[in-house]
Amino acid sequence: MVKIVINGRATEIADNTGLRDLVVSCKVKPEAVVAVLNDHVIGKDLWTDIVLNEGDRLELVSIVGGG
Amino acid sequence: MEDRLVIGGRELKSRFLIGTGKFGNKQVMREAIVSSGAELVTVALRRIDIENNNENILAFIPENITLMINTSGARNAREAVRIARIAREAGYGNWVKIEVINDSRYLLPDNYETVKATEALAADGFIVLPYMNPDLYAARDLVRAGAAAIMPLGSFIGSNQGLRLKILIDVLIEEIDEVPIIVDAGIGLPSHAARAMEAGADAVLVNTAVAVAADPVRMAVAFSKAIEAGRMACLAGAGREQRTAAASSPLAGFLYNE
Repeated sequence: MVKIVINGRATEIADNTGLRDLVVSCKVKPEAVVAVLNDHVIGKDLWTDIVLNEGDRLELVSIVGGG
Repeated sequence: MEDRLVIGGRELKSRFLIGTGKFGNKQVMREAIVSSGAELVTVALRRIDIENNNENILAFIPENITLMINTSGARNAREAVRIARIAREAGYGNWVKIEVINDSRYLLPDNYETVKATEALAADGFIVLPYMNPDLYAARDLVRAGAAAIMPLGSFIGSNQGLRLKILIDVLIEEIDEVPIIVDAGIGLPSHAARAMEAGADAVLVNTAVAVAADPVRMAVAFSKAIEAGRMACLAGAGREQRTAAASSPLAGFLYNE
């Protein structure tokens, strides 16, 4: 298992989990998600190639209504 | 006479900017945006709740609209800059409404941190519209920092109290010629928006008053008309207020005068 932080919460995931698989496993619509890994935005075309590593900090954010 | 509003090099036909928060129904939000005629719409960036299905708000924003990401949630300049950069890297463009707030009761913007964020983001190529307390010195600092417009609050966010800070906004309208002035926050009624435009504001940003109306689409139309009317009145040049009566009809030469 690999320990990472998703949206501020410590989480354990299986070894060699890809970013795309992780996002798809969450109850979100992938097309609306922006992935920020260790402070870098990861374009959706790279999600399949990125494997999450121990200590990674992942932020999954999205555009919402606001004034 | 030509009456143009240009912000960040872009000409806007509508002087009504609309926010997308608090709408109970996303389809109604879409119709309200269309009815408002607004070309610039604010949105926010938030962490996703990974346990729940999140609705994709972008699917409900009409195609020809320019998004302006706000930095709500930022407590200092550094956080505001980070939000803006994430949004741009994610492909949401370079329009940003800076909103730096520490105070949770009145949600007042921190002018000092706002100036710092404006400076950093303008230098980085963003079109920066800072939400600010209507203070003349801060306004001048924001202009120097590269703001594309300044957005003083009329009253507290979401309070519907209208133009409580009008005397200070009037000072900005009189003294700041370099960039447009957009009254943001607290505008509760079309008459408040009209009054801001009559006073010489260049545009108005409204969210709550439209979103929480019983009929948001109709309210968007009402605001649109009020903003246009206020602008026309401003250009037309209003007569001065008088303390006593001034007859509209001639008082002399009456038929029965001797």
